[in-house]
Amino acid sequence: MKYILKKIATLIMTLFLVSVAAFVAFQIIPGDVVTSILGTEATEEREEQLREELGLNDPPVTRYINWVGDVVKGDLGESYRFSKNMNEMMPVKELIGDKLPVTLWLAAIAVVLIIVISIPLGVFWAKSKSKVLDAVMGVLTQTAMAIPSFFLGILVTYLFGIVFKWFTPGGYVSYQENFWGFMGYLFFPALSVAIPKIAMTARFLRNSMITEMKGDYVRTAYSKGCNDRRVMYLHVLRNAMMPVITFLGMIIAEIVAGSIVVEQVFGLPGIGRLLISSISTRDFPVVQILILYITFVVIFVYFLVDILYRVIDPRISNK
Amino acid sequence: MKKVFGRLKQNKYLLAGVIMTGIAVLLALVSIFWTPYSTTAMSAAEKFDAPSFRHLFGTDNFGRDIFSRVMKGMGTTILISTLVVLLAGAAGILIGALTGYFGGIVDEIVMRITDAINGFPSILLALVVITLMGSGRQNLIISLAIVFTPSFVRIVRSEFIRLRDADYILRARLMGVGKLRILFVHILPNIFSTFWVSVMIGFNNAILAESGMSYLGIGVQPPDATLGMMLSDAQGYLTTAPWYALAPGLSIVWLVLGFSLLSEGIRRQA
Repeated sequence: MKYILKKIATLIMTLFLVSVAAFVAFQIIPGDVVTSILGTEATEEREEQLREELGLNDPPVTRYINWVGDVVKGDLGESYRFSKNMNEMMPVKELIGDKLPVTLWLAAIAVVLIIVISIPLGVFWAKSKSKVLDAVMGVLTQTAMAIPSFFLGILVTYLFGIVFKWFTPGGYVSYQENFWGFMGYLFFPALSVAIPKIAMTARFLRNSMITEMKGDYVRTAYSKGCNDRRVMYLHVLRNAMMPVITFLGMIIAEIVAGSIVVEQVFGLPGIGRLLISSISTRDFPVVQILILYITFVVIFVYFLVDILYRVIDPRISNK
Repeated sequence: MKKVFGRLKQNKYLLAGVIMTGIAVLLALVSIFWTPYSTTAMSAAEKFDAPSFRHLFGTDNFGRDIFSRVMKGMGTTILISTLVVLLAGAAGILIGALTGYFGGIVDEIVMRITDAINGFPSILLALVVITLMGSGRQNLIISLAIVFTPSFVRIVRSEFIRLRDADYILRARLMGVGKLRILFVHILPNIFSTFWVSVMIGFNNAILAESGMSYLGIGVQPPDATLGMMLSDAQGYLTTAPWYALAPGLSIVWLVLGFSLLSEGIRRQA
């Protein structure tokens, strides 16, 4: 319990630091936004007036507190680039709203694929005594790990989209129209995100299992009369999974990053594409919120992994 | 020389890595002086030629020779990755050595920061830096160097902590050797076997990040040929000219695989 409280304290501290970093990076460093809103032709008084309206004349600490307050209340600021109509600016919140589920589902399907495929694969690999299979798996996983996700996305598009015609490249189906069509289309980008990570996880699990199989308790289990399957799945896998869980938690951050790039390949309207286009047009308010959001998700996942790890292996709390 | 070949024969990872990266570096070096065709010469008559002896990897939508462009692109990627690793490695050695050897509150703070950056997807962080500085080759190199520095700091720091209380360092200190001399003459040469592995892994990540960023169009700007940019151009012609995408894509895989085999080989050698 004390541990969890301590972890929560660290979590809050990290979130605070990240928000300060984001504030400094996107509100202080870029300088005055007034010229980018009004253009260079505006009068001095108009500029001063807008500066006062936006609160740019306040000291940085006050600006930070106001900004955090707004974000917590759900006011995420307004985009420089998009506008609703002539007089109204586009709130970042509306811009992100319907794009978020796309990225979240993409990452979720990828995570499920990784877990469902890599664990049996790793166990199978660790169990096999064939040298040929070992070498083949070694080369295959090493190669899979070397393929960047965007190239993998192009290969998947070519193979499943153009040669086999299992899906229409670029034929994205919105989740609001047809949820299962959406999931069907999302499967292929998710596969592109997942394949390198499947290779990594399978390798990792295999090495972890081979180390565990040398343990004394394995010999004891066999001499007690447990059969192969029971020893493997009940004893070895359970212990070998410990480092794998931490590893999976670490990969989550990369899955999120991978999704951002893969969205570009498959033309998915997720937050990744919004991020990339906002970066190239220097639309700071949007970039700021997206980065903040992704960071929070990543930090929160690490936090959950830490807690989960402790639940599974109570030995750690004694150390 | 004989010893080197002997080692290569025993260590298959090292051998494969040396051959793969060797070929890539050689092609990149040659491309500085000579490419089979000009990388910018267009030819309407030779649009989308399939790979042949005339054009090894075929031609693209402007009739430009893809093999020549891949050579140039590899050069750009290798040059940028080298600069990134050099900058990040140097910064890593400096920061890692000082914090590892002296410890204290500065060490504590630096470690928290590197932990935070390390846990973060590198491409995302590079994107933030690029947003603030603007895109372009120089900013790409600086932003990637910033992103990769923490991983070097970590390795160097832990090695310096391991060696700082070694007997020979203690003796050197007793003999009155200066602090800087201990750091960089007595300890530094002894960490290189570990450091090389992380340099190779750094290359690996730098190549992936650079090609990813130029694929997204935020890295190196045209008219420079880069593998990532070629890939994003090629994507539009996947049905008519699949080889256009395969050539730069497989070149990236080749480079990454070469460097990861090299790092594995060096690790096993140590």
